[in-house]
Amino acid sequence: MAANPMYQFNVYRIGPEIKIGEIDLSFTNASLFMVISSLAILIIFNLGAQKRNIIPDKIQLLSELSYTFVSKMISDTAGSKAKPYFSFIFSLFMFVLFCNMFGMIPYSFTVTSHIIVTFVLAAFIFIGVTIIGFIKHGFGYLKLFVPSGVPAILLPLIVVIEIISYLSRPISLSVRLFANMMAGHTMMKVFGGFVVSLGIVGGWLPLSFSVALTGLEILVAFLQAYVFAILTCIYLNDALNLHH
Amino acid sequence: MKKIILLNIFFFSFFTVAVKSAEKGGMPQLDPEFWVSQIFWLTITFGTLFLVLSKFILPRISKNLEQRRLQILENIETAEKQREQSEKNLKEFDEIILKSKNKAKEVMIAAREKVVSEITKKKMKLDEDLNSEIQNVEKEIIELKLSSPKKINSIASNITNEVIKKLIGTDVNESSVSALVEQELKKLNRSTNGI
Repeated sequence: MAANPMYQFNVYRIGPEIKIGEIDLSFTNASLFMVISSLAILIIFNLGAQKRNIIPDKIQLLSELSYTFVSKMISDTAGSKAKPYFSFIFSLFMFVLFCNMFGMIPYSFTVTSHIIVTFVLAAFIFIGVTIIGFIKHGFGYLKLFVPSGVPAILLPLIVVIEIISYLSRPISLSVRLFANMMAGHTMMKVFGGFVVSLGIVGGWLPLSFSVALTGLEILVAFLQAYVFAILTCIYLNDALNLHH
Repeated sequence: MKKIILLNIFFFSFFTVAVKSAEKGGMPQLDPEFWVSQIFWLTITFGTLFLVLSKFILPRISKNLEQRRLQILENIETAEKQREQSEKNLKEFDEIILKSKNKAKEVMIAAREKVVSEITKKKMKLDEDLNSEIQNVEKEIIELKLSSPKKINSIASNITNEVIKKLIGTDVNESSVSALVEQELKKLNRSTNGI
């Protein structure tokens, strides 16, 4: 079982089978790690928010630094108009980050390595951003597809390309996160397998590689969460401040 | 035609392999068995997370940050105020010291003047006293000088009387004796004055 590097992505039922009509809503290991990540976020930030010291202690500092980090990220990319969406982007960033990080624990499950999870998040963002764009600018939001300063002959082509690129946003957003997570974890599993198969004689090389990969994957876990959040901010910026 | 059929077979086999591998666990992500469950639980967990964070936790953190910012501003303000106050106090202190120094100087000058005037007063009084004393003494001397010839006269006549009595044994008229003595004294005076 352990030899298959894809085995770690298997979803299996935990506890009883929950079925509503034909739909299977059973609690799975994926659900478990979603709950764990959310609970961890809530516990850490609740602890940080409860203290009101003028000079913060460690956990308070952690939550306040995260707050200012996300707040700065939003105001840098989407401007001051994006303030009402701060809570959502903060939750999104923290959820993806914690899911990625919990995935780095051996024998755990990486929620974000499943395309369906990342796609649902990305699709929600895509639909939400599109709705916000239409509410803010009406049909003027369609000007997003017509960049200014483009020769009239090229315009039909450009508009088509813009529409395709806009529609591919949820796919690129979701596949980026999912593929990074899956590839990283698969690679770590493969190298782990090499350690076992090469044994005590030749296993040291893949082992050291594995150690390095773990560090890299932790970096990737943070980076992908950051990229996910910052791309959301950029899409939001398009919807809030129509630049084209 | 043949080519198309071959192609179809190729693609068909490719798809079946892909589907089979997915079913067997080639890529569990593409197995739709738990997709709905994952979507359902994602919605619940992420929804709860979002609601709790946005309603309860994030406002508190932002309040904390804002409070700290205000507190720091307030502290800076009070520090500035206190600095100004202390500068003011220092100025006042300097002024008071200057004033008291001046006052001390004045007091010293006044005391010295008083002492000097008293000394001069006393000196003047002493001088006056001395002068009056000297005058009195001079007066007395003059009086004595004036009265001394008369006394000498009387003493001389008395002595003469006594001498005559002893020599003759009888009383002599006093007035005649004194006239005689005066006459003699006048002679003496004239001779002494004449010399």
